[in-house]
Amino acid sequence: MISANLRIVAIAGSLTLLVFIVELVRRRRLKEEYSVLWVLTALVLLLLAVWEGLLRELAHFIGADSQASTLYFFGLLFVVFLLLHFSMRVSNLERRVIVLVQEIALLGERDGTGSSAADGGDYHAAIERERERETSLS
Amino acid sequence: MPDLLIIIPAYNEQGRVGRVIEDVHDALPGADVLVVDDGSSDGTAQDARAAGAAVLSLPVNSGYGVALQTGYKFGVRGGYETIGQIDADGQHRAEYLTAMLEALEEHDADLIVGSRFLGADGHYKPPFARAVGIGLFAHLTSSITHEHISDPTSGFQLMRSRVARLFCSDVYPTDYPDADVLILLHRTGYRVREIPVQMRPSPGKSMHSGHTGPYYVYKMLLSIFVTLLRRGTKVIPRAELAP
Repeated sequence: MISANLRIVAIAGSLTLLVFIVELVRRRRLKEEYSVLWVLTALVLLLLAVWEGLLRELAHFIGADSQASTLYFFGLLFVVFLLLHFSMRVSNLERRVIVLVQEIALLGERDGTGSSAADGGDYHAAIERERERETSLS
Repeated sequence: MPDLLIIIPAYNEQGRVGRVIEDVHDALPGADVLVVDDGSSDGTAQDARAAGAAVLSLPVNSGYGVALQTGYKFGVRGGYETIGQIDADGQHRAEYLTAMLEALEEHDADLIVGSRFLGADGHYKPPFARAVGIGLFAHLTSSITHEHISDPTSGFQLMRSRVARLFCSDVYPTDYPDADVLILLHRTGYRVREIPVQMRPSPGKSMHSGHTGPYYVYKMLLSIFVTLLRRGTKVIPRAELAP
């Protein structure tokens, strides 16, 4: 049995999360594909908060002492999955950045400028300034 | 069709890279030399150009494997038949490239690795922790590939363009290309051979600083393990490639 207060907080919290996610998607601040895990998290938390029988069964199933800790456990589990999901996204982004970095280098060769971090116009000047600053500090 | 490209990945090697380029030109007058400048903040790129090499500059520092793979892409697109790689810090001696080139033909191999341990002359003594790491991976690589691999961490290599073409794909581990690459080649049906080379002592720092420590061992074990799990991936076996 979870307290009425916790139930209210859990329901309000997951509802707020749900509304917030939908609003972010509506304003195009969050892409639809990234919203999937978040919506799932919010829905499952809402379901557990509303349906006490399910929570009791689950608590019994995982051998938890209290239903409240069951709620936390599943909340945490979803957060872990979310983080894993983002690690995958970052890995994918890194892979794409590497391809782009390589293509930029290969393009530089093609147009004959051989654009380089160390000799490309303003960038060069910025690095020069940075180096001077470092030597003056040391 | 151009024949031979030597790739030199370089990060802040001003003052050293020029000498390496000259050595390569002396050893292999017909070879094109490409320096992949890995976002250096010093005059590496200018030095390399002055010494007569083509230069590709990565806009941000991206690591040894990324720089090398850029070179492979350049070589494959340029239609080079044979592609070699040598370190910019002067540790590898360019004069061995000729022997490596001969070995490639002689053994009908796809990749030749210059090994500093094969001669067993004991000229090269790595620090203890490194020696343990290299020994472990040499043993592991040898037992998996059933080939005698004594120096899986050596970046002194010469390969045929079909190997470079494979390295241009996603299967190439750009973070630490090493023993896992040799195992990948073996499983794809490519022939890897080692020949003995002498190396100069490493000047310390450089792009290979990541090649020690617990993370390196962990990453290499994991990488070898998943390479073994990837049975029948999208990798094109040697037999299906044009010569």
